[in-house]
Amino acid sequence: MRATLGKVKTPYLLLFPGFAFLFIFFILPIINLAQTSTQTPIAGGDTGQNEQTFAFSNYINAFIENREQFGRSFIYATLATIFALAIAYPLAYAIAFKSGKFKNILLVLVVAPFFTSFLLRTIAWKQILGEEGFVVPTLRNLNLMGQSTTITSTSIAVVAGMTYNFLPFMTLPLYASLERIDPRTIEASGDLYANAITTFRRVTLPLSLPGVVAGTLLTFIPAAGDYVNAAILGSPNTKMIGNVIESRYFKIVDYPTAAALSFTLMAAILILVTLYIRKAGTEELV
Amino acid sequence: MSVDPITARGDLRLTRITKSYGEFTAVDDLTLTIPKGSFFALLGPSGCGKTTTLRMVAGLEEPTVGSIHLGETDITTTRPYQRPINTVFQNYALFPHLTIFENIAFGLRRRGVKDVKERVDKVLTLVELPHLAQRKPTQLSGGQQQRIALARAIVNRPALLLLDEPLGALDLKLRRQMQIELKWIQREVGLTFVHVTHDQEEAMTMADTIAVMNEGKIEQMGTPADLYDDPETAFVANFLGQSNLIKGKIDGNDGDNVVIDLFGQKISMPKSRSHAVDNSLYAGIRPEKFRITRTGSQVRGNTLSGGHIEDVSYIGVSTQYVVAMPWGQELMVFEQNDDGVPPFNKGEEVVISWEPNFTFGLRGDEDIEAGMEVNPEQLDE
Repeated sequence: MRATLGKVKTPYLLLFPGFAFLFIFFILPIINLAQTSTQTPIAGGDTGQNEQTFAFSNYINAFIENREQFGRSFIYATLATIFALAIAYPLAYAIAFKSGKFKNILLVLVVAPFFTSFLLRTIAWKQILGEEGFVVPTLRNLNLMGQSTTITSTSIAVVAGMTYNFLPFMTLPLYASLERIDPRTIEASGDLYANAITTFRRVTLPLSLPGVVAGTLLTFIPAAGDYVNAAILGSPNTKMIGNVIESRYFKIVDYPTAAALSFTLMAAILILVTLYIRKAGTEELV
Repeated sequence: MSVDPITARGDLRLTRITKSYGEFTAVDDLTLTIPKGSFFALLGPSGCGKTTTLRMVAGLEEPTVGSIHLGETDITTTRPYQRPINTVFQNYALFPHLTIFENIAFGLRRRGVKDVKERVDKVLTLVELPHLAQRKPTQLSGGQQQRIALARAIVNRPALLLLDEPLGALDLKLRRQMQIELKWIQREVGLTFVHVTHDQEEAMTMADTIAVMNEGKIEQMGTPADLYDDPETAFVANFLGQSNLIKGKIDGNDGDNVVIDLFGQKISMPKSRSHAVDNSLYAGIRPEKFRITRTGSQVRGNTLSGGHIEDVSYIGVSTQYVVAMPWGQELMVFEQNDDGVPPFNKGEEVVISWEPNFTFGLRGDEDIEAGMEVNPEQLDE
């Protein structure tokens, strides 16, 4: 009898630490954030003193005021995801199928940037793309860039920084799903009259689709909420929604608007991701 | 005049094919003709070069030296997708993201065939699985996947169908059933089948012609009965079934027969069945060709006396005996349980006899262990 009871309880006991952690550090803050998002400043109170007034208009005001930054966030995130996919797919393909004994070394190199902090790497990009770096003078000498144009403080720099920073998140799931493909299915495709291009289109690509979906999500979601790249590599003209939330919280100390923006961002990402997964067709995913 | 290889038909000819990987020679100067319409088996243990040979025919590997012709067309360097050859892969290699219908239609669609639906339906009926058309491969059992892999290949009506250990992943009972079905399908569609296997029983059940391969070379080629009844090498004698190989010396001629001295006892065998090159040879006799009689009874043919029953195993249709001979060798004897004679007991003294025509002679310098005791783990290449 005791043994049966123990068996029933075991899964719950195992789940308890995870649930407790999520409750304290995710559920409670979310509830708190939801409350904050509908508060308004206390009349005559100090900065940051708010009272609950269920002002749902906060959401409308926050969105209308910052719709430009919202749009920019999703455009930049989409561009960074597309560029990361374009770079990571051939890379992951080469590692999975063509690298032979160098496979492990290449995988370590993909992960190597994580040994340095995200912030430091982004600051390094500022140096690389800056006036004293080698990119700008080289492009100017080759007459590919005007003498007075710069790269830093432009949207190019922000998208480039995001592409670079999220590249490993794209590469690793792609590698994992390409590596799982049975090479015999690729041989079978050749055997069944498909040339290399058709084989890629009809066999390799569809079989790697789970990796494409996972990689694009892991890149797009953090990229849409990112503010570090825009803050370090951009200018006021390249502000993303993350930068707005950051300044509302820490500079203007306007907690309700910051909270409402955070919720709007989460909802927007959730909707886009749901539509994307529907479109990508989970049924097609093996 | 250049001919599109995809339309090539006719016999498959491998001419002096060698395939080396660095120092290792997988296939060594192999020459082989596979007649159009035959069911041909390449049989051999793991690492004998049979799969490499198959992959070269499929175009998945290129020979280091030599040429491959299909009819009059040289296909040595033709890309796999340009060859009129289809393969049933080991473990099937079905496309997991496509339905069974689309798996089978894959080759037809690539070639722009018009009546895809009709042809896929027809081949699904042939393999008796029309109800599974809309399933995905992972929803099928091993035996069903095997048939779909076959259907996916034969629907293209290739000049040549290659089967790479096609039944290796199935259990014994299903394998037996599929052997019979494959043979039937081959007759039905009339294609040339080239079948690679390490399973001698599978090769013998299905193939018209078997080439036994060992260390990159063909040891012997012939019908299953030829290979079994008259093996030319110890490797073939041991790899196809079991053999008793007894060391002896040629002692003279007796018409069309040779007289052989086996440890002081004289036997005879047809000259034509001796592959010895000098006076020394091994006399080979299959275990079921032996008869056991009690010492003193009347026997015909070749006899060897002085044996003692060492071990008796009753296995229903037959009883298997191990008989210890005076010169220290143990012989295997399989007796049919069809004559009502009670089995012999352990320790009884017996005489072994057989028809001289069942004897085969191997060169005296052969390694009589060759082809024996193949490690089952090595078989799953």
